[in-house]
Amino acid sequence: MSGSTKLKIALAGKPNSGKSSLFNQLTGLNQKIGNFPGITVDKRTGSCQLNDHTQAEIIDLPGIYSLYPRTLDEKIVAEILADKKGLFYPDFVVLVADATNLKNCMLLLTQLIDLRLPTVLALNMVDLAAQSGQSIDIQELSSSLDLPVVMINARTGQGIDELKEILSGSIKPSKNRIFKISEEIKPLVLTIKNKFSLTTDYEAYQFLQQTDNLVFLNQEDRDYIFAQAKAEKFFPHKYQGAETVMRYGFIQDLLNRVILKTSDPEWKKFSYRIDRVLTHKIWGYLIFFSVLFLIFQSIFAWAQIPMDFIDTSFARLSNSLTELFPEGPLFELITQGIVPGIGGILIFIPQIAILFACISVLEESGYMARVVFLMDKIMRKFGLSGKSVVPLISGMACAIPAIMATRTIENWKDRLITIFVTPFMSCSARLPVFTILVALIIPDNKLFGFFNYQGLVLMSLYLLGFFAAIISAFALKFIIKTRERSYLIMEMPTYRKPKWANVGYTIIEKTKSFVFEAGKVILAISVVLWVLASYGPADQMSRAEQTVLEQSSNLRLTEHELQSRVAAYKLEHSYAGIIGKALEPAIRPLGYDWKIGIALVTSFAAREVFVSTVATIYSLGSTDDEQTIKGRLKSEINPDTGGPRYTPAVGLSLLVFYTLAMQCMSTLAVVKRETKGWKWPLIQLAYMTTVAYLAAFIIFQSLS
Amino acid sequence: MKTGETAVISGFTDERLSVKLLEMGFLPGTAVRFNFTAPFGDPVCVSVSGYDLSLRLDEASTIVILN
Repeated sequence: MSGSTKLKIALAGKPNSGKSSLFNQLTGLNQKIGNFPGITVDKRTGSCQLNDHTQAEIIDLPGIYSLYPRTLDEKIVAEILADKKGLFYPDFVVLVADATNLKNCMLLLTQLIDLRLPTVLALNMVDLAAQSGQSIDIQELSSSLDLPVVMINARTGQGIDELKEILSGSIKPSKNRIFKISEEIKPLVLTIKNKFSLTTDYEAYQFLQQTDNLVFLNQEDRDYIFAQAKAEKFFPHKYQGAETVMRYGFIQDLLNRVILKTSDPEWKKFSYRIDRVLTHKIWGYLIFFSVLFLIFQSIFAWAQIPMDFIDTSFARLSNSLTELFPEGPLFELITQGIVPGIGGILIFIPQIAILFACISVLEESGYMARVVFLMDKIMRKFGLSGKSVVPLISGMACAIPAIMATRTIENWKDRLITIFVTPFMSCSARLPVFTILVALIIPDNKLFGFFNYQGLVLMSLYLLGFFAAIISAFALKFIIKTRERSYLIMEMPTYRKPKWANVGYTIIEKTKSFVFEAGKVILAISVVLWVLASYGPADQMSRAEQTVLEQSSNLRLTEHELQSRVAAYKLEHSYAGIIGKALEPAIRPLGYDWKIGIALVTSFAAREVFVSTVATIYSLGSTDDEQTIKGRLKSEINPDTGGPRYTPAVGLSLLVFYTLAMQCMSTLAVVKRETKGWKWPLIQLAYMTTVAYLAAFIIFQSLS
Repeated sequence: MKTGETAVISGFTDERLSVKLLEMGFLPGTAVRFNFTAPFGDPVCVSVSGYDLSLRLDEASTIVILN
């Protein structure tokens, strides 16, 4: 065990068993989201006070049906539970089972028993089970399994205290042995057991079955196991099927004894009736697209109020700090670099919160599974799987968690294509760019007195990204070759009311990870940018005032106009100006000037940096700090035409560029991690930039 | 099979896939009910071992049934 003496408790169970609800009940807000070392599976841990003197660390394991993994996500469970010396090896395991569907929850339980893990069976959704007319003999279940059984309702918190009490006591592993290893491989299992000094036969058996999945085994150990298995003609697949049948035999026997009254098949009638509408060939899609449309309208309309508030608050804060502080480079760094930078991070929170609230409600209610069901056939035509819909929709919030969510797609080719096209989906980082530019060039009028024009343009941009993703996926379907087979075997959970606390936790989790992970990059970049935009080759910068005075000596400018010219001159000759100018010839055909050029370069770090860059650049170019970014863009003049810089043609060209371009180094880093190499992220970067450049070029040239 | 019909599983034609299907509760001798299909006839929704699952047609077709 590691340095800490805290009790370690792992939550295991199949997906949709209410594991996350229980995790939220046990840990409340004391949650930490991280990664398991070496791999990229999300690790949810949290602390829980079991009683006055016992604290436990709760680990939420990915949802699984059996120890044999079907996805990369699931591999980690076998690895944790079979590695006694591992950092996460639990003292106790809580198996969360769906009481309405015990049979399928028990498979994993029997495996845990054979690993001799001290386990508590938590029967969740007892209210639904009662509703369904089912009645279970808990005493018999507990004594037959030889382990404690608790009835809980993770949604309301019923039974949680009892569970805590059991966990704070001592739990002994069950004495049952369910799986009997067949005689012909017994000697082989014993050899492995002795070689690695294991305590149970089943552990040794797992070493044989999952040699490659158990990363704590070193190469030498693996070679040894492979050689032994080969000598004894051990084929993992042959034995897996037999094991499962044997386990279900035990389970059926047990359930026949403990289930006093089976559930009335009528109780799911209501769910089926909803399904008849929601998976209907017309109504199903109509409802699905209405839901999508509703999400966009709500992001655009509802998020605007808190966003405006954050926007003006930070502009005011920056101003009052400038008045408060004495002059000096350090204070300038705070008022002009750091404060606007933080404002630029916080402004996304309303949109992220609303979007994840929607996604979380879809998942909680069971509708997400129907979306997969509805879309699978169509998505497969484009080389994607029904399971790609969830990452693609999540990609509308942020490509980073979305690409990580592709781990639930078992098939490597389906996964790779989903990863490749997900960044085309318009993420929340594009929204600030969209919001400002759309508000700038599209009038705030209503079509038929109902549809907001700005909302319609925003939705078209989302659709553009969506179609770019779909078309690219279709092309990739023919390019990427694979032998692996794709499959979709997925539970269709019964519809239920979303639990709002869980929605809340999701919002907090996503917002936190955005502010503290993406936020760091944004803040760092906006400060670096401020420095780049404020400093330049020393001789040019120091002569700025003099040069401007000489150039404009016969123009009779007011003091204010002169100051603004000096500032503009300084910016033009700063490091940022130099880079932007070097880029200008390449981006002029798209309608951009060097100021936009600077923003393009810096926003490669993250798209939303475009906004803070523009804010920094224009706030330096003007002395009027009261204006917000939007106002600044509106007043920007194109010196070639004398008209506004941000004409509809330039605005649309920029919008299209930001819809299609990769412009996000965090996404590239995640893709590199998920595809284990630089090959795919680099191909993706080149491809997306080319597509974006060409599309923006066509838009600008045809509109101007 | 037509929607609404129930049949008994007797075996599988695809060994690799059968391991997964077994784990999900498609056990030989168990009843499986064909609930409904997605709008384009694929995937399908079935009930087995007390819960509902969605399967693609080509996955469902590896399950051998007795009527």
